[in-house]
Amino acid sequence: MKPLFWLLILILLIFHQDYWQWDRSGLLFGFVPYSLAYHMGVSIVTALFWVGTVKFFWPKDELLDLKTGADA
Amino acid sequence: MTELVIIVSYLCLLLGLGLFARRFFRGTSSDYMLASHSIGSFFLLMSLFGTTMTAFALVGSTGVSYKFGVGIYGKLASAAGIMHSLCFFMIGIPLWKIGRKNGFRTQIQYFRARFDNNLLGFLLFPLLVGFVITYLLVGVVAAGAVINQVTQGAFTASGWFAGSGHGVPKQIGSGVICMVVLTYVFFGGMRGTAWANALQTMFFLVLGMVTFVTIANSMGGGDSLLDNLRTVTASVPEAKLNMSGMKWSVYLSYLLIPLSVGMFPHVFQHWLTAKSVNSFKLPIVLHPILVMAVFAPCVMIGVWASSPLSGLPAGTGTNDVLAIMVSNHTTSLLGGLLTAGILAAIMSSLDSQFLCLGTMFTEDIVRSIKPETSDENLVGFARMFVFAIVTLTFVLSLVLPRSVFELGIWSFTGFTGLFPIVVAAVYWRRVTAWGAIASVAVTASIWIVLFARSDFGKNKGYTFPEEAVSLGLFDIPVMNPIATVTFASALTLIVVSLITPRVNAAVLHRFFPVRKADPLG
Repeated sequence: MKPLFWLLILILLIFHQDYWQWDRSGLLFGFVPYSLAYHMGVSIVTALFWVGTVKFFWPKDELLDLKTGADA
Repeated sequence: MTELVIIVSYLCLLLGLGLFARRFFRGTSSDYMLASHSIGSFFLLMSLFGTTMTAFALVGSTGVSYKFGVGIYGKLASAAGIMHSLCFFMIGIPLWKIGRKNGFRTQIQYFRARFDNNLLGFLLFPLLVGFVITYLLVGVVAAGAVINQVTQGAFTASGWFAGSGHGVPKQIGSGVICMVVLTYVFFGGMRGTAWANALQTMFFLVLGMVTFVTIANSMGGGDSLLDNLRTVTASVPEAKLNMSGMKWSVYLSYLLIPLSVGMFPHVFQHWLTAKSVNSFKLPIVLHPILVMAVFAPCVMIGVWASSPLSGLPAGTGTNDVLAIMVSNHTTSLLGGLLTAGILAAIMSSLDSQFLCLGTMFTEDIVRSIKPETSDENLVGFARMFVFAIVTLTFVLSLVLPRSVFELGIWSFTGFTGLFPIVVAAVYWRRVTAWGAIASVAVTASIWIVLFARSDFGKNKGYTFPEEAVSLGLFDIPVMNPIATVTFASALTLIVVSLITPRVNAAVLHRFFPVRKADPLG
C-alpha cells in the first residue's frame, strides 16, 4: 500500500505543476477564471485523496491510539 | 463609528470567552499548555485550520492577487491542501504518539531526547522564537492596517487622528489586538485558545462568503448575483485572470512553503492536545477544502480590486486592499462584522503563537535550568515571557512595516529550512546530533544573509539565485530563497550525520521500539 500512497501524492503534485496551461484564459460559468477553477479542482481531488487515505492507509498499529475508541 | 462599535463588541466577546474558559482551568501547567490532551476531532480541526490560516491568507493573498492575479491560489492554496495534510499525517501522528508516551510538551524537548543532546535545544530555541516573531509580525501589522482602513473618518467630528485619516491609528489598532489576545490566552490557556479558535474560524469562514457576495453585488450593481459576478469579472484586466506572468522555477520552489507547518512550534503543540489518533482524521480530510473556502473568495476579491469598478485609489498598498474593498462596498454594519471576521482570522493565529512561546520558554529554558520549578511558577514565567515577546513584536511592527505577504514568506522559509531535521528525526535512525546542529547553523546563517539581501523583506519577490546561473550543462534558474535554504539544510544534515558517530542504541530503541514510526508501516 505504501508505494501506492506515494505514487498518488506524486500524481497530485504533477497535476499541481500545470505549466502547460498557464496562458489559458476563459471563464467557467462566466466568472471563475479557468486557472483558479483548475486549482480549486486540485483542492477537491486532494480532499478526496485524503478521504481514501483515512479509509485505506490509516495506521493499523493499535499503539498509535493511546486512548482507544472514538472521540467524545 | 458603527464599524468601531462592532469591532470593540467583538473583542469584548473574546475576552468573555477567555474568562469563561478559566472556570475550567485545572490549575496545572499541562492543562494550561495542552488542555490536558482533551481536544477531539472538531476542535482539533478548527484549531489547526484557524492557526494555519492567518492574515497571510486573507490580507496577504488578496493584496498579492490584486497585484499579480489568480496565480497565487495555485502557488499557495492548492499546494497547502496537499502538503499541510501530508505533514499532519506523516509528521503529526508519529510526533503525537511519541509526545504522549514521553510526556513532551514542545518540539525542543523531543529533539533533545531524540538526539540525546542539550546543546541542540539551546540552538533551536532562539531560532524558533525568531521565526515565530517574524510570523507574529504578519498578524500584528495586518491587524493595525485593517482597523485603520475600516475606521477612517470615525473621528472626523472630534478632529482626532488627522494623520491616520481620522481613523484608529495603525499602531493603536495593533496594540489593542495584542492586548486582547494576550488577555484571553493568559486567562484561558490552551483550552481558551482552542475555543476562541473554533469560534473565530467559523466566524471568518461564514463572513468570508458574505464578503464575497456583498462585494460582487455592490460592484456589479444588478439584481442577479450571477450577472453581477460576470459583470465584475469581465471588467478585470485579462492578465490578472491567468497564470502567464509567473516563472515556473519560482512556482515550483513555492511547493516547499507549506512544509513549514511541520516545524511550526504552535502546530506541534496543537497536535499534542489531540485526544486520540482518530482526532487527526477530520483535520487531514477537510483541510484542503477549508483552505479553498478561505483562499478562493480572497483571490477573487483581489483580482476584482484591479477592476476600474472597485474604486481603489491608484498605488494602494497590498496590505490595505481587502480593508478598502470591504469599506468601499459594504454598509457600516456589515463592514464592522466583516472586519471582525478578518480580525478573527488574525487573532486565531496570534493566540496559538503566544501560547506556544510561553510553553517553549518554561519547558525548554526554565525547566532545563531549574527542573524543580513549581507548576504555578511555570505558568507565571510563561505569561511574563509572552508579554516580553509581544512587546518586542509590537515595537518591531513600528520600525519594520513590511508587506504582510513578504513577512509571511520569510517566516515560512525559516521553518521549512528546519523541516529536514524533523523528517530525519522521525524516520532516519542514522541521523546524528551533530548533523542536526550543523543543519540548524546552516539554516540560520543562510536565512539571515538572504533576508538581509532582500532588505529585510522590503525587496518584494526576492529570488535566489538573484539571476539564473549557467553551469554549462544546465542553468540554475531563479527560485524563491526557500529552495536554497532547504537544500543546504538537508545536504548538511545528511553529510554531517554520515561522518559523525551514531546516536546511542538505547536512545534509538526509545524512539524506534519495535516498529518504525511510519504511520503507513
